[in-house]
Amino acid sequence: MSNADLRGNRPLSPHLQIYKPILTMVMSILHRITGAALYFGTILLAWWLIAAAAGPAYFDFVNELYGSILGRLILFGFTWALVHHMLGGLRHFIWDMGAGFGKESREWLAKATIIGSVSLTLILWIIGYAVR
Amino acid sequence: MTDMRTPLNKVRGLGSAKEGTDHFWKQRVTAVANVFLISFFVILVISMQGSSHGDVIETLKNPLISIVLLLVILSGVYHMKLGMQVIIEDYVHGEGLKFLTLMANTFFCAFIGFGCIFAVLKIGFGG
Repeated sequence: MSNADLRGNRPLSPHLQIYKPILTMVMSILHRITGAALYFGTILLAWWLIAAAAGPAYFDFVNELYGSILGRLILFGFTWALVHHMLGGLRHFIWDMGAGFGKESREWLAKATIIGSVSLTLILWIIGYAVR
Repeated sequence: MTDMRTPLNKVRGLGSAKEGTDHFWKQRVTAVANVFLISFFVILVISMQGSSHGDVIETLKNPLISIVLLLVILSGVYHMKLGMQVIIEDYVHGEGLKFLTLMANTFFCAFIGFGCIFAVLKIGFGG
């Protein structure tokens, strides 16, 4: 074992770029990406809460930023990431129970996650504009 | 095949990291909490959007809303700390960089968590 190559040229198992993307795989990747996005998105939450605690002038400044076109676009993406990650999490709960691993059910769950997250996000924003 | 593990080791089931299913379990507990807490938070934000500073403060001052908001922050930040730890452990392989990023993860989550908690408490106590 003295000349074992521990660092460099060891064979790797096939990775992302080897496989043709399929829906369940894309949903798995999206679950991780939305999770990471939400992680950094909490900066927006902290900023907003601290602005509210700081006083009216600073709160109005932050509110204006969040209410701008770019701000709304980012918050829309934030909403989708949140809803998508939550539906993905519910899917994981089903798997934790030992159910939903069959070919049809896992395809169905993947489709329900993406269709559900997009429509729920739209519904939430329509409600948001309606109650204004 | 002879099993080299001691009976005590098998009963404890803690594995080589000595943490067993601790990480997994906490991830799930905070996830279950988040389903309810984050749903509440989203509804709260929608109900407050477009409100003036005074109205927002008036809403957040309500003790029940303050308490649930603190739970949202606690459960959410803990969940994201666990999640980011998994991502780091998956992709960062150098020992030094791994330690640094894991530490940065803890610091970031603590900063966000305590920042939010401070703001909610300040509003709640009428500061």
